[in-house]
Order: sequence, then C-alpha cells, then structure tokens
Amino acid sequence: MSLLFVLVLIVPAFLSWPLGLAMTLLIDPCQNSTYGRWTSGIFSKTGGLAAVEEQDWKSYLFSMLIFNIAMFAFVMTVLALQQWLPLNPDGKGPLEASLIFNTAASFVTNTNLQHYSGEASMSYFSQLFGLMWLQFVSAATGIACLVALARALGGKKTVGNFYSDMMRTTFFILLPLALFVALLLVAGGVPMTMDGAAVAHTLEHATQTIARGPVAAMVAIKQLGTNGGGWFGPNSAHPFENPSFFTNILECSSIILIPMATVWMFGRITGRMRDAAVIFSVMMALLVFKAGAAVWLEGAPATALSGLPVEVVSNLEGKELRFGSGAGALWAAVTTATSNGSVNCMHDSLNPLTGLVPLAGMWMNIVFGGVGVGLINMFIFIIVGVFICGMMVGRTPEYFGRKVETREMTLALLALLVHPALILGGTALFAATTAGAGTVLNSGAHGFTEILYEFSSSAANNGSGFEGLGDNTVPWNIATGIVMLLARYLPIILPLAIAGSLAAKKPVPVTAGTLRTDTLLFGLIILGSVVLIGALLFLPVAVLGPVADHFTAIVH
Amino acid sequence: MKTTLSFGDLTRQFAVSLRILLVTVLICSGLYTVIVLLAAQIVPYSASGSLIRSENGQVVGSELIGQQFSRPENFWSRPSAVSWNAAGAGGSNLSPASLAMRQKSEKLLGSFALKKGETVPADLVTASGSGLDPHISIAAARFQASRVAHARGLSVDQVMRLIYEPTSGNVTIPLLNESLVNVLQLNRSLDRLKK
Repeated sequence: MSLLFVLVLIVPAFLSWPLGLAMTLLIDPCQNSTYGRWTSGIFSKTGGLAAVEEQDWKSYLFSMLIFNIAMFAFVMTVLALQQWLPLNPDGKGPLEASLIFNTAASFVTNTNLQHYSGEASMSYFSQLFGLMWLQFVSAATGIACLVALARALGGKKTVGNFYSDMMRTTFFILLPLALFVALLLVAGGVPMTMDGAAVAHTLEHATQTIARGPVAAMVAIKQLGTNGGGWFGPNSAHPFENPSFFTNILECSSIILIPMATVWMFGRITGRMRDAAVIFSVMMALLVFKAGAAVWLEGAPATALSGLPVEVVSNLEGKELRFGSGAGALWAAVTTATSNGSVNCMHDSLNPLTGLVPLAGMWMNIVFGGVGVGLINMFIFIIVGVFICGMMVGRTPEYFGRKVETREMTLALLALLVHPALILGGTALFAATTAGAGTVLNSGAHGFTEILYEFSSSAANNGSGFEGLGDNTVPWNIATGIVMLLARYLPIILPLAIAGSLAAKKPVPVTAGTLRTDTLLFGLIILGSVVLIGALLFLPVAVLGPVADHFTAIVH
Repeated sequence: MKTTLSFGDLTRQFAVSLRILLVTVLICSGLYTVIVLLAAQIVPYSASGSLIRSENGQVVGSELIGQQFSRPENFWSRPSAVSWNAAGAGGSNLSPASLAMRQKSEKLLGSFALKKGETVPADLVTASGSGLDPHISIAAARFQASRVAHARGLSVDQVMRLIYEPTSGNVTIPLLNESLVNVLQLNRSLDRLKK
C-alpha cells in the first residue's frame, strides 16, 4: 500500500521538476533562441502576425475567449452532425440538443462532465475530432493563461501571445507526453482499433456486443490534461480503458504530473523558485492528507453488508479487483485534487465519509488543480493571505513587490466567491425542485450528496460524477453547462486582471518590514486561508450530505 | 502591441482562430491518432480488444471483459449492475450504506447454497465498477469449486488445481499479494479438461 503511494504521488513529484524546466523552455522560450525563432516563424505563417505579436493582458484574454468560442462552435457542429459524419462503424444516431450544449461546454472548459455514455452515444469521429481534440486545446488554454499570469507577476507589461503559447503547449508538451503514454497503454493492453464493436458468442450461448475503438489515444490525453472524459461510460474502471495494475499506476500518476510541473514552471517564469517551493509544499501536504484519509476511510467494509454471511473486507461495491485494494480511493483523491475527474471506481458507491474527500478536493480546487488554472486559483488564496497578514500588521500588503490595494482585493474576493456561489446556489435550486430531487438514485442524505457532487464537479471543472444521478435531462444539461462556463472563465479573467493591475504599478523596494511570501510561515498562512475559507463556506452542506449519510447508516 | 479592441480586430482574431483550429485538429486528432494506430499494429491481439476465439474461429468473448455465467458447471463472475452489457457498461451506483444495497445483497446470497457458518467472499456479493470485471478473487474461485466439480462430475481437487494454473488466467497483483483468476479463461480450461 505504501509503495502504491510512492508510485502514484512521489514519483510524479520528482518527475515534475525536470518537466517544469522543460515546460518553461518550450512554452516561454527566449525570443532569440533558435527554437523560439523557428516556432514563431511557423506560427506567423499559420496565423499571421496576430499569432505571434506581443499582447497586453486584455488582448491576451480577448484572443483566448475568441479561440474558445471557435472551439465551442466547432465541437457543437461535429456533435450535431455526427450521424452524417464518417468514422461511425456502429451507426450512432443524433444527439439531443441540450446534451450537445452540455457536452461541448463540458469539454471546452476542460471539465469533461459526461451526461452520456461514450460507447452508447458517440461516434468515433465525435470522440476523436470533437472531444479528444478539445482535451488537447482546452488543457493548453489553461496552461497558456497561467504562463500569462506568471509573466505579468514577473513584472512584464506585455504577457506574450495567446496563440503562440497555446500552440507551443499543445505541440511540444501535450502531444509528446500523450504519445508516450498512449504507446505505453497500447503495450499494456488498451485497445486501439478503428473497427466497430465485436460480437461474441459466449460460453453459455448468449450474444455479447463488445464496444471498442481507438481507446488508447484518448485515455492518454484525458489523464494528462486534467480532462477526465473517458471513451467508455465507467471511465478508467472499464477494463478496456484500464486493463491492469500497471496501466492503473501509469494513468493515476499521469493525472498529477503536469499540474505539479506547472508550479515549477510558474516559479521559473516569475523568477521566484522559493515561492514556488512553498506553494508546492502546501499543495503536496494537502494531497497526501487527502489521499491518506480516503484510503483509510475506504478500508472500512460496506455497512449494508454488516451481519450478513459475507467475508468482512474493505468496501468492494463499484470497485474493480485488478487494481488492488486501496487503488480506488487513492485515485478518487488524486482525480479531485486536480480537476481531472476520471475515475477507476464508482464514487457514488464509496463509503459515505470517503465521499467527503473528493467533495472537499473540488471545493478547494487548488491541490495542484486543473492544468494551469489550479495555480491561478491558488493565486487568489495567496492574495487573500497577503491581505490578511497586511491588515494584521497595519501595512499595505504587497505581493512580488507590488502593492495590493482596493481594486485588486475587490477582484480577488469576486473570484473567490464565484465558486461557492455556483455550487451552493445550484445545489439549493435543484435540491428544492423536482428538476434535481426527481433524478436522484439513492434516497435521503445520499441523494442530496448526488446533487451537491454534480454542482461541485461542474463548478470545479472536474467532471467526475456520482453517477447514480439521472443527469441527462434538459434542466441538468443547461444548468451544469452554464455553471461550467462561468466557473471556467471568471476565475481566469479576474486573476489575470489582478495580475495586470499589479504589473502596471511601480515596484516597491523590499525592506525589513516586507512580508516574505517564500517562507514556511507564509505557507502555513496559505494553508490556513484555504482550509478556513473552504471549511466555513462548505461545512453546512458537508454535514447535510456525507456526514448525515454516515450517521444514519450506522443507525439502521 | 494593441490595447483597443475594435470590430476589425474581432474579425481578424476569428480568422486566426479558425486557421489555428484547423491545424490543431489535423495534428491532435489526425496525425496523433494515426501514429498510435500504426504503432498498435505491433500488438494486433490486444489492440483489437484481446478477443478470444474458439477452435473454429468464432469470437467467444474478450479476455478483458467479464461475461455472464449462471450455470452450476461454470465459475460465476462478480455481479454486474448492467447484466454484462459490454456496449453499455456501468456500476450499481448504490450507496454502500443504503437499504437498497442490503436488499440486493440478500437476494444475491440466496443464490449460493450456504452451509451454516460459511461466509461468501465479498467480491461475489458486490457489483464491479464497470459491470464487466473479468476477474474474481482466488477465494471466490475456491468457494465455487465444489459446486463446479459436482456439476461436472470432477473431483474437487482437480478443479482446485486448475484455479492455480497460469492457463486459467491466474494473476497476482504486485506489491499487494492479492491473487485473482480470469473467469472466462478458467471456464475455458474447464471445458478443455472434459474433452
């Protein structure tokens, strides 16, 4: 078990250091280097001057939004026309309009919430040219925005070019890594074929239709880019997406690798590696705590089986045996610490208190978080931490040598409140009306948790689900679609506005009275603001859902 | 550097976005997929879904995909919430603390002829995440051995020995010392034994 922890958490932590360096060199190259000039040359041939010129933070965001609108429109079109498009060996039919909206919103925002089951609804063309493509470019969008934030905090007035950053990330980071992982997955037994479903005549003379496809290609990037949207409905619990103990280790560590590396990249671009080390330590501490708690809580047997003539072992409902015990809970912790959202066991069937671990991960949404955006979220908590400390000693707070004033704090608090407002507002609305209450599978507190989980997952751009929920309805599709879009773009726009506003100020000299942000003490302050703000905002719903579920289960 | 955003800028940005969109689609969806597909030709068996064929070439299932066994002479798979539908996989999604799960488990226990004081291995009572788990634990196979032996007219020893044969899909999970057996392969080696 402890070796499993080392493989999934510690090995990626070590690999993240060189990867962070590689990402810095490849995404933020020196403009005079051979690589920098060569790529800029290609990009300007592809997209003209607009694809290479220096932008300020507003133009950068503008380009990002335009490109994301184009992504959204393209995938809406692909999904809407799938019955007439090629690569559809199993003859998948048309998709319902609100489902198309939800799916496009979900994959554009790097969420990958799936209100459909891939093998039942999607053609190979939709999966490869719609969804898998978005898994590359939506991840690259998040990383590009972090690079822009880092440049602004490093004191630059211009923050680079969105298109160049996005393409460098896609072609030189995500593609090579995805190719490497996909080839390992193929070697590990994951199918990769363009043939349609196979029909088997079983040993007991029944017919079994076995859906398959070019699975390995998609699984690689869904794990690496904190996407999480799998080829099949049960995601990486499906034997074709995750056939063995070894592929499980590979996929689980792929979840966390790039989110970890972005922290070091941030440190290099801003030129403040000590700050990055403090941020990394805070995130790592939270991750290890979460993973440990999940594995420990899931070691308890299912209470529904107590007293029955069943061997007493850890809860196996919704788990696959080949990953070994503990692997499901460990994955659940990692996939919700980052905003990945892939699963290798059914989260609805986790023990009630274990279910609190993924929820808490999505509420904080900063334990490495989504590629790029996790650290952007963390930036808001850092600003809040700096502000609180400044108030305590009666000095104007500063971050990276710039004064944090009213304008920045207003934006930071707005950014901070978007997340809980969307989760709590949505949950309240759907728990109180038949739109939500009529769609839950489990009754009582567990049903409430299903609704809470769905909105938490949407607002965290996570995409995992308590899949018992009957969520492919028009109200669910529209509500979660809107939540995903707001929860993606507001927390990118507001922090970049803060960074842009900071960069425009005159730097103040460091004195003995300056609050240092690269110390263990400040690490504890960030930890405190994350835990306290997260706990205060979500404690009531945590008690209404998982905690109530746990205690009522003990009673019966 | 531009700071003002005009209508002309909007159309220019859209034109750039569309061109870059096409390039990324061609490379990420087209080129990448083709490379992985070509590489997968090296391992045609697993790349096409690890399909198992009978002597006459008919597909009987996939090594990785569990299928339904309900006859007494076969080892049974773990319960499936989707009736082993490999074109629509899924779990039960029941809360492990719910009454519904308890009732489901009681019903399942009724299908085993339990002696007094005997307990069923937990994996035979709990639905797998995908509904297609191809494995059962060694304990679950041993638990079923006497039923299978009786239905096939074999000795229990013969069946027990078969469970540990590598040709029956016996695997040990590294690090954790948990042993599993592939149900389809185990039943196939049983069938071969009879001939």
